[in-house]
Amino acid sequence: MESPLTPYVPVAIVLFLAGAMAAAIPFIAGLLGPRSPSAVKSEIFEGGNPPIGSARQRFAVKFYVVALLFIVFDVEAVFLYPWAVNFQQLGWFGYATMAVFAATLVVALVYVWKKGALSWES
Amino acid sequence: MSAEQVLFWVFAVATVVAAGGVILARNPIACAMSLVATFFFLAGIYVLLWAHTIAAVQVLVYAGAIMVLFLFVLMLMSLSDQGPVMTFSAWRIAGVVAVVTVLAALVLVFRRLPAQESLAWSGDAARLGDFGTIKHLGAVMYTQWLFPFEAVSLLLLVAIVGAVVVAKARV
Amino acid sequence: MTFVLSNPWLHGLVFGAVLVSVLMALVAFITWFERKLAGRIQSRLGPTMVGPFGLLQPIADAVKAMQKDFIVPKDADRFLFWLAPPLTIAFALATAAVIPFSKDVLAANLDVGVLYALAFSGLLAFPTWVAGWASNNKYALLGGMRMVAQGISYEIPMVMAALVPVTLAGTLSMQGIVEYQVASGWIIATPVGAAAGLLFLTTALAEGNRIPFDIPEAESELVAGPTTEYNAIGWSIFAASEYAHSVITAAIVSALFLGGWDGWWNLPPLLWMVAKTGFVFLIVTWVRWSLLRFRSDQLMALCWKYLVPGALLLVLIAGIQVSVRG
Repeated sequence: MESPLTPYVPVAIVLFLAGAMAAAIPFIAGLLGPRSPSAVKSEIFEGGNPPIGSARQRFAVKFYVVALLFIVFDVEAVFLYPWAVNFQQLGWFGYATMAVFAATLVVALVYVWKKGALSWES
Repeated sequence: MSAEQVLFWVFAVATVVAAGGVILARNPIACAMSLVATFFFLAGIYVLLWAHTIAAVQVLVYAGAIMVLFLFVLMLMSLSDQGPVMTFSAWRIAGVVAVVTVLAALVLVFRRLPAQESLAWSGDAARLGDFGTIKHLGAVMYTQWLFPFEAVSLLLLVAIVGAVVVAKARV
Repeated sequence: MTFVLSNPWLHGLVFGAVLVSVLMALVAFITWFERKLAGRIQSRLGPTMVGPFGLLQPIADAVKAMQKDFIVPKDADRFLFWLAPPLTIAFALATAAVIPFSKDVLAANLDVGVLYALAFSGLLAFPTWVAGWASNNKYALLGGMRMVAQGISYEIPMVMAALVPVTLAGTLSMQGIVEYQVASGWIIATPVGAAAGLLFLTTALAEGNRIPFDIPEAESELVAGPTTEYNAIGWSIFAASEYAHSVITAAIVSALFLGGWDGWWNLPPLLWMVAKTGFVFLIVTWVRWSLLRFRSDQLMALCWKYLVPGALLLVLIAGIQVSVRG
């Protein structure tokens, strides 16, 4: 039996090659391209007007809510994967346990929905 | 040293360096980038420990989801400020004491562990069987550890409610 | 050949090099294909001047982009501004490592292949956000924020829709799912599989920020979104990663739902896989040039109020189907 690490060797190599390719393109471009920065060129685009203040402003809390929802539902979805793989062995008992788990997920979704956290504009 | 051990040290050193970057970098976004790097190197260590599923989930949930949450929290705050500057020296002393205590506890625990070669690195694939595969994980999680698993769903429900309550209060 | 395949290092090197270079060449080709198709849809000709049928246009574009001055805007975070484009293309290319192109042609048959592909494809929003933040441009940062919010929202139904083939096949390995389809028929042929496939494709459009989901770079309000301040090679790399991501997503759809390299008439399996991927990409492109853009709030509502419950329902139905089959 071969080591379970074997399939990860090509993955590591693909990751490395992807990184190398990604690094090579800007490097070559850096060699080929001219470099003549000027104040006008590096001006930030803001609809043609002079930029006002810093762009790094504070953002609405709704983004934060979406991120929190995402984490919780992502974790729940990931928990469904081991179940899906073992489904044929676990049978109806496994189905019942999963249904309970999924029911909590639905309760969470309904709660969030009723609270209005899903409407982007509120 | 076997290839696994060499890789372990590479990942371990990289993890610690990246984690150092998280707390040492001045720019909060640079901290966040270091955190992503830390997560990736940790995933590498998980792979070496034959915990494939955990490694994939590490990238999917931590590098993907947790990271985004941190970014959005950063965007809630004003990044143009330098942030709270620690002037109160009592806090610093408390911090140093806490670090030393935790470190001492860790060293004590590690010294008590029996010297044993990791099963994953023994090269004894037959003894491991399908350990670490998602099939094995699911088979154990949905039978032996069913109750904690269902408890997690309640925990996640509580987390959702908490998130909505906190966020809606601040709108 | 068997020696190459049995040695993981050589295998990885050969397949990795082929994969990365073919993908980059493919990206160049499909920019031409998309421009040609878009031209025809809009009663234009598309590129015609460079080479036969304008086929050499992408190469001319790449050479031009490389020779231009890469401008870093004032007060930008220089390091992150440089880092973001390579990171994007690296993540996009890395996703391809687990895609099976035929029985033998795949870089790595991971036990957790589907999770790997979803993880890396989901990560793509992150470097784009970094680009938006590093630019110090209001359009760019707002575009980046929208992109991440949209990306993570649609990742939930995507992860759930991918559960349907996983449940039916009982494995997370991409190759395993294709082999299941060779034995028991394509997943798209079952009603629940067809619905899940459609749902997956929809979320994939949103994840790739393709029209009708291109809110983050809505030209009329956000100029070019996170890449507003990018020019020359930086912009080209972002465009290339978007295409690479589209093609790889099309390949994932083909493998998970359309039977992967399975086909008829004794044609080479690789050809089938390429044809199916091309077909999915054609649909995606057609949609892009035919539909209008959604509003931000419609986009979020569609995801959380329809796609997430729908995907969950499909998973439960798929479970019943497997249980009944025994």
